[in-house]
Amino acid sequence: MNGSAHPAVYVDGLVKHFGSTRAVDGLQIEVAPGALYGVLGPNGAGKTTALRMLATLLRPDAGTARVLGHDVVTEPKLIRRRVSMTGQFASVDEDLSGRENLVLLGRLWGHRWRDAATRADGLLEAFGLTDAAGRQVKTYSGGMRRRIDIAASILVTPDLIFLDEPTTGLDPRSRNQVWEIVRALVSGGTTVLLTTQYLDEADQLADRIAVIDHGRVIAEGSSSQLKASVGVGVLHVRLHDPEQRLRAEELLARTLDASIQVDGDPAALSARVTDTARVAYALSELTDAGVEVANFSLGQPSLDEVFLTLTGRPAADQRAEDGDGLDPSGATSQEVTA
Amino acid sequence: MSAPSTERTEAQSVASDAVLTALAVGSRPEAPGGWSASLTFWWRAMLKIKHVPEQLFDVTMFPIMFLLMFTYLFGGALAGSTSAYLQQVLPGILVMTVAMITMYTGLTLNRDIQKGVHDRFRSLPIWRPSTLVGPLLADGVRYTLASTVILVLGLVLGFRPDAGVGGVAAGVGLLLVFCFSLSWIWTTLGIVMRSEEALMGLSMMVLFPLTFVSNVFVPPETLPNWLEAFVTVNPITLLVTAMRGLMHGHAVGGEIAIVLMISAALVAVFGPLTMLVYRRAA
Repeated sequence: MNGSAHPAVYVDGLVKHFGSTRAVDGLQIEVAPGALYGVLGPNGAGKTTALRMLATLLRPDAGTARVLGHDVVTEPKLIRRRVSMTGQFASVDEDLSGRENLVLLGRLWGHRWRDAATRADGLLEAFGLTDAAGRQVKTYSGGMRRRIDIAASILVTPDLIFLDEPTTGLDPRSRNQVWEIVRALVSGGTTVLLTTQYLDEADQLADRIAVIDHGRVIAEGSSSQLKASVGVGVLHVRLHDPEQRLRAEELLARTLDASIQVDGDPAALSARVTDTARVAYALSELTDAGVEVANFSLGQPSLDEVFLTLTGRPAADQRAEDGDGLDPSGATSQEVTA
Repeated sequence: MSAPSTERTEAQSVASDAVLTALAVGSRPEAPGGWSASLTFWWRAMLKIKHVPEQLFDVTMFPIMFLLMFTYLFGGALAGSTSAYLQQVLPGILVMTVAMITMYTGLTLNRDIQKGVHDRFRSLPIWRPSTLVGPLLADGVRYTLASTVILVLGLVLGFRPDAGVGGVAAGVGLLLVFCFSLSWIWTTLGIVMRSEEALMGLSMMVLFPLTFVSNVFVPPETLPNWLEAFVTVNPITLLVTAMRGLMHGHAVGGEIAIVLMISAALVAVFGPLTMLVYRRAA
């Protein structure tokens, strides 16, 4: 879309502190035009603060941030004309109807009343919200909320869009819808920078991923590069007889050539897998040795496991909702009961 | 394994193609001017009244309550009769009520910012003060409504302005200018204060003495010297005197000029201050 040579987002040594906390601490990111870039990190990692600085809502304390070639501090107006931000929280007015919100924003982008109304109706149609157009946004479901949020961000087609945790708290179906919308945005030529807490989401969507922790990038690369460093997945095995765990541990360690984690459940083991082909072999080895497997699953590594690998410690500040079953990695793991 | 794939097709029918088309037609008009953006925010505030009409409670019930209460409570004692008292007290109660209502400007803004939608507004290429000017203009509608309620009830009770419709309109006009200016104090505080309760408390602490310790209910000459000194310089006193003059047709040019000057000063100080804190609001 923008044929210029400069990156869509260029961030170097970006710092922001609130009191004594360094929310963003020397962040470094470069996003190519037209890319779908994922910023992966737990709550409190500085994702939202970084996005707010890039969207010219917050002044950096130090460092450089250029968006579409413009400096966020000295040229915010040029950035605002070409960039949209969809915040993690209410980015539309809950008291107004979906249609009123879109007409309002259409007016603020400079459309005449009639054009703003036409545009609003077009977007409501495209996002499957025509039936709910006249209802107050506060009555919308989580998925509808996200869709109206994103629709509000593309009233005027942006060159770059920031999506702050676009699928946090959504059910799998709504999440898939948001993913489709995000893919459509990118294929339409818009550069997308999204933040997420889910490795699975970053993996499914993003061309490149930056893993951030304590306001700093701790790993960066394509999804496959990232996975090569953390393993393709994790095999969880649960045995019928806890007595056999030691034996199973030896067998799995040998066949998978990996270290085995045992946790609180006396019948359970898990192992990071680098090669999926070996899993079938390992399982048949267990059966041959007379170790009875109650069930097993092969899941993508969770954010926690990525963090464990990259930093040697679990992700900090994880909220309870990360474990409440909404984690998309659960949706892609294949669970089999033997 | 079949579930995810069906989900995906379904989702696609909702999104991809239609979204692409929607993106393709997204023309880029010229950014709106400051006035146009302010009017759009005014429209937003009007829509909020449409969806939550209860918020008009304070601009209709307060005035009725105040006018009835004070006219019948003090009328006999202070002016011999309620109808004689009404001629003097109505312009005062008008000022007091509308000045009190200005405090909701700050409360509404405070709530609005906490909800997060201002992030969207602040990331738009618009004249930034329009986000605040629009709601203030909408408050003008609420002030006018409150004034109308008081005047209509006043006329029913026996208020007879000597200067007629023109004088009353001029008085209300002056009141609106002053209250619009006064509201900028509350926008500043509405952004700075963390909690609604604290903001409410502070607003009350300013507005109660300001409106009661004035010439609204009693002539200042009856007060002890030190209190009279405060009452004479209180902007509310000046405004009330100007309103009484305008509505009953005596000359109050001096008071009007001072009220307009105070209004201009309020906007000149608190307008930029509001924008400064608004820009910094995280």
